[in-house]
Amino acid sequence: MAAITHSELIEQAGLGELSRPVIRVEDVHKYYDLGESKVHALRGVSVEIAGGEFVAIMGASGSGKSTFMNLLGCLDKPSSGRYLLDGTDVSQRDKKALAAIRNRKLGFVFQGFNLLSRTTALENVELPTLYARLPKQERLQRAQEALQLVGLADRMEHFPSQLSGGQQQRVAIARALVNRPSILLADEPTGNLDSRTSVEIMQIFQTLNEGGLTIVLVTHEPDIARFAKRTIVFRDGKIRRDEPVKERPRAAELLKTMPTVED
Amino acid sequence: MDLLSILRIAMRALSRNKMRSALTMLGIIIGVGAVIAMVGVGQGASKQVQDQISAMGSNMLFVSNGTVNRGGLRLGWGQTKTLVYDDMKAIVQQAPAVKEAAPGSSTTAQVVFGDDNWFTNVQGTEPQYFDIRSWPMQEGVSFTESDVTSAADVAVIGATVRQNLFGAEEPLGQTVRISNLPFKVVGVLSTKGQSAAMGQDQDDVIFVPITTLQKKLTGEPWLRYIVVSAVSKDATYAAQEEITALLRDRHRIRPGQDDDFMVRNLADVAQLADQSSRVMTMLLASIAGVSLIVGGIGIMNIMLVSVTERTREIGVRMAIGATEEDVQRQFLIEAVVLSLMGGAAGIFFGVGSSLIISKLLGWAVLVSPLAIVAAVIFSAGVGVFFGFYPARKAARLDPIEALRFE
Repeated sequence: MAAITHSELIEQAGLGELSRPVIRVEDVHKYYDLGESKVHALRGVSVEIAGGEFVAIMGASGSGKSTFMNLLGCLDKPSSGRYLLDGTDVSQRDKKALAAIRNRKLGFVFQGFNLLSRTTALENVELPTLYARLPKQERLQRAQEALQLVGLADRMEHFPSQLSGGQQQRVAIARALVNRPSILLADEPTGNLDSRTSVEIMQIFQTLNEGGLTIVLVTHEPDIARFAKRTIVFRDGKIRRDEPVKERPRAAELLKTMPTVED
Repeated sequence: MDLLSILRIAMRALSRNKMRSALTMLGIIIGVGAVIAMVGVGQGASKQVQDQISAMGSNMLFVSNGTVNRGGLRLGWGQTKTLVYDDMKAIVQQAPAVKEAAPGSSTTAQVVFGDDNWFTNVQGTEPQYFDIRSWPMQEGVSFTESDVTSAADVAVIGATVRQNLFGAEEPLGQTVRISNLPFKVVGVLSTKGQSAAMGQDQDDVIFVPITTLQKKLTGEPWLRYIVVSAVSKDATYAAQEEITALLRDRHRIRPGQDDDFMVRNLADVAQLADQSSRVMTMLLASIAGVSLIVGGIGIMNIMLVSVTERTREIGVRMAIGATEEDVQRQFLIEAVVLSLMGGAAGIFFGVGSSLIISKLLGWAVLVSPLAIVAAVIFSAGVGVFFGFYPARKAARLDPIEALRFE
């Protein structure tokens, strides 16, 4: 043991994480009790997502994909079954523990951006670090880095109302990344964007994924899903299809062929 | 999340609806202002009463004729005629707690000077009376011991009498006619104001030697009252007991029989007056307190609206890692900031309106630092109390529902 250096330990840990699933869902069921009727939203879902994967979840509305995303995002608990995040069972943790998991291990990107109005881009991005109780200097540094990563270094002091939809979504992505989560969860991130801006967002996702970030994306657009490495299709609360994406396009190259706003 | 960040968020949230925040604060401003002003008025009145009582002579006791029971018929106070000059002498000589005493008798009479006349109260006493009541002359001198001995026709007039009879004229040395008897004015008393206990004008009076009053004006050989000063403030109760024992003995009142006189201690009167002004202060403060509570309800109302409006924001905050406590603290601090800012503005409002009240109405208004501190603490308390329910409601939101909220 004494022969192993510090850097080797880190390397081993990193390799270990790649081989181990980041998300492991075992026979998960979810019921909603709506008074008289009982809705069975998830009927036994089992799936493993390894570190560094880029998964698109598809399905019609009512297929259970939103419920599944809420479970993955620790916003909800399964009625039965297990959910292991980074190897630990989080399916029955209390609300406070789940809030801490959402804060540190997960990053959320929503369809409607959900930025706080009258709050600058930088302050929006800084928000998760406030709840992580990081020191002030580090908060600022991380927020600036995250904004640089999504290419908005020159828009830090802008308010959401002064930014385009694509820019707002990039601020939201920076906010999701600021606490360096293991997984990025995106719920219809391109739903409110035009096709070119959608591809721009997917380019950011692909770049982040190449950097090692695990991404789970919900979408109902096949054009968007094909940027992922793997698609999972839900229907009637069950996984119907789970397959790797063939002929995956590179968003960066596709952008070159697409007309810009000026054209 | 650190307090500074929460405060910044709270300030931003409040400044988003400036008009709404200002109106909500107005409730607290009025509440806190009213508490400070009303307590100020109450305490000012209390101090005025205290001052008046100490001006009356704080060590003073007042012995008067008592009630009498004649064959089952009980007459009111002051109906007995048993208090005599020798009782006064005995009190001075035999009661160790007594410093001085002065006899007193009175009548009312029409007083004439030149073309003017005035109906007033004529009191007969001895020179030490003015000392006991700490009532100095404004002009001239008091009548003397020898005036008393010789039953001289000299008078000392009160400020009200002077104003009504003489106006701008110099009263000293002039002759007034009391019930058609000529009296020479030797002194004018300084203004004493209204009496604290009864509210009557103490300056509407003429003093003459007791002997002159008894022999030439009333013909009554008995005294109406004796004013006594105790050796110290603490000695007033001892003096009261000594005088009671002494007079019972002198008047041959058997044990079990009622006194035919009454000894009143001004400390008792002071206490009573103090108590009544305290009650008034409490009453005013509690009425003002009600307006503070109404202001608090305004805060609660606006916070509830705010929570509903910002449901989506709450959902986002929860999704990115805010715990229930984080959300609750945020809204609670927002409510407290609102009420504290209202409280701070309310202090200015309260102090300002106290000044205006004292200027316009001429009331003594005493703004105490304690009332200010209490108002601030209370307004923060109002923020916590009325902000708690909305904050709890925000914290209890389901993040999924909140995110879906339109």
